[in-house]
Amino acid sequence: MAKPILQLENITKYFPGIRALDQIHLNIYPGEVHALIGENGAGKSTLVKIMTGVYQPTNGRILYKGNEVTFPNALDAQRAGIAAIHQEASMFPELTVTENIFMGHHSGKSGHVDWRSMKKRTKDLLDKMELDINPDSLIKNLSTAQRHMVEITKALSIDADVVIMDEPTSALTLKEVEDLYKIINQLKDAGKAILFISHKFDEIFSVCDAFTVFRDGRYIDSGRISDSSIDDIVKMMVGRSLDKMFPKKKAEITDTILEVRNLSKIGIFKDISFSLKKGEILGFFGLVGAGRTEVMRVLFGIDKKESGTILINGQEVVIHSPAAAMKQGIALIPEDRQDQGVIQDMSLTHNISLPQVDSLFPFGVLNKKIEDDLTREYGSLMEIKAASWDVNANTLSGGNQQKVVIAKWLATDPLILIMDEPTKGIDVATKAAVHSFVSEMAVKGLAVILVSSELPEVLGMSDRICVMHEGVITATFSRDEADSEKIIRAATGHDSIEEIV
Amino acid sequence: MIMDRKKSEGSKSIVDKSRLVDESGLNSRIVSFVTKWEFILVVLLLLEIVVFSNLTPHFLNTFNLLNTTFTFSEKAILALPMIFIILSGDIDISVAGIMALSSFAMGYASSQGAGTGVLVLIGLCVGVIAGFFNGLLVTGLNMPAIAVTLASMTLFRGISQAILEDQAYTEYPEKFGYFGQGYIGDSMVPFELVLFLVLAVIMGFVLHKTTYGRKLYAIGNSSSAANFSGISVNKVRLTNFVLNGLFAGIAAVLLTSRIGSTRPNIATGFELEVITLVVLGGVSITGGKGNIFGVVLAIFLLGYLKFGMGLLNISAKVMIITTGALLIIAVLIPGFMDSTKARNKLKRQQNLETTEKNLNKGIDE
Amino acid sequence: MRELIKKREFTLLLLIAVMLMLIVTQAPSFVSPENILRIINDTSILIMVSIGQFMVILTGGIDLSLASIIGFSGMAASMLNQYFPDLPVILILFAGMGIGTFLGLINGVLIAFGKVPPIITTLGTMSIFRGFTFVMSKGQWVTAHEMTESYMNIPHGSFLGLSNLIWAGVIVSLVMYYFMKYVRTGREIYAIGGNKVAALFVGVKENKINIIVYSLVGLLSGLAGVMWTARYAAAVNETAIGFELFTVAACVLGGVSIAGGSGTVVGVILGALFLGILTNALPVVHLSPFYQLGLQGVVILGAMIINTLSEKRNEKKLLNRRLQ
Repeated sequence: MAKPILQLENITKYFPGIRALDQIHLNIYPGEVHALIGENGAGKSTLVKIMTGVYQPTNGRILYKGNEVTFPNALDAQRAGIAAIHQEASMFPELTVTENIFMGHHSGKSGHVDWRSMKKRTKDLLDKMELDINPDSLIKNLSTAQRHMVEITKALSIDADVVIMDEPTSALTLKEVEDLYKIINQLKDAGKAILFISHKFDEIFSVCDAFTVFRDGRYIDSGRISDSSIDDIVKMMVGRSLDKMFPKKKAEITDTILEVRNLSKIGIFKDISFSLKKGEILGFFGLVGAGRTEVMRVLFGIDKKESGTILINGQEVVIHSPAAAMKQGIALIPEDRQDQGVIQDMSLTHNISLPQVDSLFPFGVLNKKIEDDLTREYGSLMEIKAASWDVNANTLSGGNQQKVVIAKWLATDPLILIMDEPTKGIDVATKAAVHSFVSEMAVKGLAVILVSSELPEVLGMSDRICVMHEGVITATFSRDEADSEKIIRAATGHDSIEEIV
Repeated sequence: MIMDRKKSEGSKSIVDKSRLVDESGLNSRIVSFVTKWEFILVVLLLLEIVVFSNLTPHFLNTFNLLNTTFTFSEKAILALPMIFIILSGDIDISVAGIMALSSFAMGYASSQGAGTGVLVLIGLCVGVIAGFFNGLLVTGLNMPAIAVTLASMTLFRGISQAILEDQAYTEYPEKFGYFGQGYIGDSMVPFELVLFLVLAVIMGFVLHKTTYGRKLYAIGNSSSAANFSGISVNKVRLTNFVLNGLFAGIAAVLLTSRIGSTRPNIATGFELEVITLVVLGGVSITGGKGNIFGVVLAIFLLGYLKFGMGLLNISAKVMIITTGALLIIAVLIPGFMDSTKARNKLKRQQNLETTEKNLNKGIDE
Repeated sequence: MRELIKKREFTLLLLIAVMLMLIVTQAPSFVSPENILRIINDTSILIMVSIGQFMVILTGGIDLSLASIIGFSGMAASMLNQYFPDLPVILILFAGMGIGTFLGLINGVLIAFGKVPPIITTLGTMSIFRGFTFVMSKGQWVTAHEMTESYMNIPHGSFLGLSNLIWAGVIVSLVMYYFMKYVRTGREIYAIGGNKVAALFVGVKENKINIIVYSLVGLLSGLAGVMWTARYAAAVNETAIGFELFTVAACVLGGVSIAGGSGTVVGVILGALFLGILTNALPVVHLSPFYQLGLQGVVILGAMIINTLSEKRNEKKLLNRRLQ
């Protein structure tokens, strides 16, 4: 077997307050697709940033083509031949496709930018990928999927020896995914090494040769895909079997509490209709950009709807602000915990009392005892681990922050709880805790909407599942009829199962 | 009710020691107190008093100390709502422009024979309307506060300049002079100073003891998280701008009364001095951090610094330089201290984890 | 063609044309070649400095200190001329630019390495630089008879029928246009303002860009300082006070997003010209010059409001196209 092109040895990375990576190993070989597997928060993205020079490791060494190297900055890694498709939005919305592809390595001599050759190369690259995108379009005018394809094109524009793909398919349709697989195979044949990061097993088993599993920032194991089964890898990844991850309890599903009819927002989603009953957990699945989050934002009064009606307990309601949504008993655990869920520089007490700040205090005068009591009650219920209730939210781990968000919304005593990606980026233990908590709440009669991009989570937790694709609900399944193939087919807008790779 | 509210007997939270660094020790508590910005401001203020009273006998003189507050009371009053504005992540550089417009309106009304009460009412109303105009553009159209208030500053002052040209209103009722020149009863205490202190107490109460203040901090730290928590972010911001206009109106009444005349260039440059006071007082320009005590300290620190330097015949230009330098240092030093703290924390955490790992060796899988 | 019409620069050009036509109905001589050149001459300094301000705004910052840099470097250059009348003016010109660059560099270092927000840094140095101008001049002016003929001729001298000041404006405009469009560093300035995280991912160094941008503003302001004092044949301590706001106004008019990341040199030049024409037109249409400030306020606010509304409409259109 050939020598590895990239070796990571004992890589450790600390951030203030958190240990993101703990003595990680990884070997990548030329002509191979290597899967890096782990749950959200396992440290995959941090490792990508280390390999691409965005972060520096605290300890450990990187061997590239047999030599020890350091990449003090992203450009150094690029020049050495390591390209990455980053998971985060790493585009310049106000600039053209051409420039987005070439930013950082504009073509031309001694600092001069040769637009003509860049445009031509962009056109060639886009043609090669069979993409119908104008090189002169501004990124802000492209759709989510198109942006992702540009991001992929960007990584290929550098003639790299190692290509890192951090969840490249999360917003792609099946056709685009197939194109991507073709490209991966071409790269592989050209002797390039590919690091493929994903937690979708169908993808991993169809394109990857080898794998490495991380869990909670630690190296667990690596091996050949052909010698392993999904079950083995899941066990390594999760550290326990799946049924414990999704402790779904039988809840009594009673009256309809929420009914949504033909809800539309031009260009975002269209004719969304569904209903939700007390005690029910309704899953919402779809690709990134399918419009799930946007529907929830409208239900919670963050955005305005264009048309359609919302009924609560049979009565039509107008929800023009989050405060109005709260009055109807709706609570929303937002998608972006860090920016929307908690206020980082505020104490846990202040965070938890925030949604009720207007109703909790007589005459608008703050009262420490009132909010302390509230915090103690719900903070303890959620088993938040913190030095005290007065520490700022930013001193907590992701999982504990999420518990704060849940606590602050449970404290409002909601009838309908909308959770948008509630377990994204949190550790396995907290994840299981959140799941069992949601399940218990449903048993007590809470109506829950669970928006998730993790198929096992949706399958494991939901009583019914709505699947969205490009702003439309394409299918609704009951718990018994749902399976991953049907759901993916509906989520990618494909009718025939044969098209699934 | 869905929740069963189980009372929290004994379910005390557990400290995750491997992730948190213990900061409850006496040493670190002293460090964090001494490095508090308000503490540094108090030390600087004391230092200033000691130095100046040693250099000149006229400094520690009750009459002088009280009387010199005339020179900074209007700016001090403007600083109070500016705390709210900056704390919630906005900025208003049109305050001096509002003052010019409001002073112009009062001058015009006075020339038409309006009495003191009407003048004050007009001054405040113009301020409120101008502030509302700013707030509406910022929140309604979602335009950046700095751009809006930059333009409206030009507009407000421009209106008074277009009509007044190079003329001035100098006729005001005799009673009107009290606001900017008068003393409380027979004492040596200026009315302006007392008004400032009363307003500071009110604004301090609102900021630190009411839900409105809590909302300001929430919005300043993360307006999207505040929005997602059911806070009417734009309503609060709009209120801030109206408050700022009202206070600019108050300041216009005081300044016009004090100097007894209105020219289009009245209060030029006030906005920058006011922002300087607020930032020097420890309010973060990016929002979310700061308190009223720091700003009040900064007001007196800077006010008496000017006074002391004036007594020593130090040029006003040196004062300008000092103010500018203080402003930068006020941001530079806390930032430096924060990054040092974070580095130390990282180091301690690393040490802690290494020890822990050595202890756990063999137990780990 | 359609693309062209949609461009902001085109709208602005159209606006300027309409404004000129309105003025011409009142005063036909306004568009005479001499008068046009006079307006360009009057606006050259604003154009140069506004381009500097544009780069800063592009990175998401703002420079409030550039008027003080103009004041300081203008005073320093004038004093050099006063005390060393034999020094070649070209050296003085370079000295002025050098001093400006150094002051800009101070801003850049504080922002890049001190992590002091740009608005605070430049608010502070605005006072500091202005204060040092007074300290350096001891509060005195440098007046016309203390300057040499050749110094005062820097902007007035002419070449091929155009004044040196116009040439300076044209050269700066062309160089900066080239720099912002065809030089890698110029494009990286767009990257920093557009998305800091993405810029980091592709290896664009934020600190380096900040240092370059603020130094460049300093350089342009230094040049403007020399031109300003020579043109008015006087170096006063209050030179250019409040000018920073006009540069921001020119940028906003020119379609530069105050949040950073978008705008063009051409737009800024047109924005500055718009303001220049407006100022020069007031006496022609028999409006008191005291109307200038208020009119500017109205124009800038109007431009911003129209901008915001049309952006909102565009977004909506875009969404309409995406899903039917």
